[in-house]
Amino acid sequence: MNAGPAADGASRLLRRPVFWVGAVFLALTFGMHALAPHLGFLFPEGARLVYTRASFPELVASHALLTGAASLVAIAIGLSAAVFATRPAGRDYAATLEMLSAVAQTFPPVAVLALAVPSLGYGALPTVFALVLYGVLPVMGGALAGLGSVPGAVLDAADGAGFTPGGRLWRIELPLAAPIILAGIRTSVTIGIGTATIGSTVGALTLGSPIIDGLSGDNPAFVLQGTVLVALFAVTVDLGFGEVERALVRQPSGASSRTR
Amino acid sequence: MAAARPGGRVDALPLLLAAIALAAVAFGGFIVVAPNRLLSGAPLTLWQAQGAGAPAAVLTLLALIATLAGLRDFRFRWALIGLAAGALVIAAMALAGLAAAAHAEDAGRLTRVSLGAGFWTLLAAGLLILADAVGRERSLPGKVVPVLATGLGMALLMAGGTLSQLSLAREYAVRHQAYLHELLRHLELTGAGLALALLIGGAIGLMAYRRPRRAGSVFAVLDIVQTIPSLALFALLIGPLTALTALLPGLRQLGISGIGPFPAILALGLYGLLPVARGVHAGLSSVPNAVVEAARGMGLTEAQIVRHTLVPLALPTLFQTLRITLVQLIGLAVLAALIGAGGLGTFIFQGLGQTAVDLVLLGALSAIVLALLADIGLRGLAFLLFRRPAR
Repeated sequence: MNAGPAADGASRLLRRPVFWVGAVFLALTFGMHALAPHLGFLFPEGARLVYTRASFPELVASHALLTGAASLVAIAIGLSAAVFATRPAGRDYAATLEMLSAVAQTFPPVAVLALAVPSLGYGALPTVFALVLYGVLPVMGGALAGLGSVPGAVLDAADGAGFTPGGRLWRIELPLAAPIILAGIRTSVTIGIGTATIGSTVGALTLGSPIIDGLSGDNPAFVLQGTVLVALFAVTVDLGFGEVERALVRQPSGASSRTR
Repeated sequence: MAAARPGGRVDALPLLLAAIALAAVAFGGFIVVAPNRLLSGAPLTLWQAQGAGAPAAVLTLLALIATLAGLRDFRFRWALIGLAAGALVIAAMALAGLAAAAHAEDAGRLTRVSLGAGFWTLLAAGLLILADAVGRERSLPGKVVPVLATGLGMALLMAGGTLSQLSLAREYAVRHQAYLHELLRHLELTGAGLALALLIGGAIGLMAYRRPRRAGSVFAVLDIVQTIPSLALFALLIGPLTALTALLPGLRQLGISGIGPFPAILALGLYGLLPVARGVHAGLSSVPNAVVEAARGMGLTEAQIVRHTLVPLALPTLFQTLRITLVQLIGLAVLAALIGAGGLGTFIFQGLGQTAVDLVLLGALSAIVLALLADIGLRGLAFLLFRRPAR
């Protein structure tokens, strides 16, 4: 109760699920190699227990890099498209963009991934392409919804207060739309982690690699190691986004009550 | 869908797409001729493949689209642009089919004619112009007719055999028995997964509606299930189910095992839980409380309230839930092939393993078309039932 702010912050962190799930994820990432040989009782006799094609930290890093890079591109494209479609010059395209994103959302990720292979070859490239293509839609959808949710009265007030169109976008619209935009980004990244996992079927090195190798080589140990780590990875990232969203929702109201 | 604004200025998007299509036809490889199904071949432009007539036909359609896009707005202008774009799509497919037939005649049986980047770009540009036109056309017939005409044209091309010499069609012809089998299996897996999701997810959604205090934690758990990458969810069930059948061998007689259709259906059902539960919860919550109170005041029992008040009023939302879940599960069922359950994914993963591009295309395009058909079909049905476009 009387502890300092730092200890208070630490105890608050300890109560958040993201901390615990993240800790388990990191511990397993770095400890899987040491843990795996002791899991023999779970699997049939003679099964190889330690995945050797790459180390688990390597797999996590590669998975995170693929998803992260593709997500950044997807966020840039999705946000730009949504901003364009909500400006006077691009308003005509809003209906088309919405319809396109609705249609593209029906495309199975595996199919998109597979379709990228003929032109881009096997490996990381088709995975990044599919990740970007698939990641743009939720970002754009969220940003369109977010920017559309800013009340007209607020926009009129901003124009009346002398904001330039760019200033209004940057200082008024984007901050107000931020929670919904972030929800879109969260969906996009979560889908991205899942799609990157499937990327292993076209030769990308991700946490899906032990799963695919295990499935094709009939090795349940690899499958288990891959699934547990990738599930923890996805849940950790998702919970992390949840924390950012909470902070974002709390912050603007707190700031305004202080200034008043 | 928002109505387009009447505007006097030139519409840039069809012009831009037409320019891209023009460049694709002029410089892109329209077809790729390979000595057999596994080797990569040499690309030919439309001009090289078909002579001057074919590019001229495409050019005429592109000029028509550009002219219509540049004109002042008039009634059904966008419908006309949509029809022209549909004609462009059908022309591209027909020309590819004809070129394939010509080259298959010249060379031996093993020769494979695949579709090149130029073809795909032209096709994508045509479909995008069509989508844009449908999005901007104001009248309902003006939206529906171009889409139906394009779909009909494609169906006629396929049924008429114009496309039969394309490598994609030959991959199908070689294994059309297996194709039908896997397609049926895909539908079975999706249907069973959907039934599971509707049953359990529906019950969870109803429970969350009845006990709002518990709703938060229930959805938190389902959110986590949804966050787990789909491939991991499919694979995750193998271990426990194998262990279960090892403990209780009797289960194996019931068709329950670690790999095959059973874990696939289970995984699909799990993935469908969240959208179904959320949709049911949202649909029921959207029914005004006053209506429920009135029904209660009239002496209806709880079961009667659900059946006669809540469900009918929430029906549009429930229907939308069905559509979203079905489309999602059709896509996910592709992964079932990885755990030995079959489905359209079989062709994708076989093709990826053999580096047989057209086999991959066969599976992937089928999955996309199936998902699109389910989406469009249920949207259309919802429109007929509830007289307002599904969102």
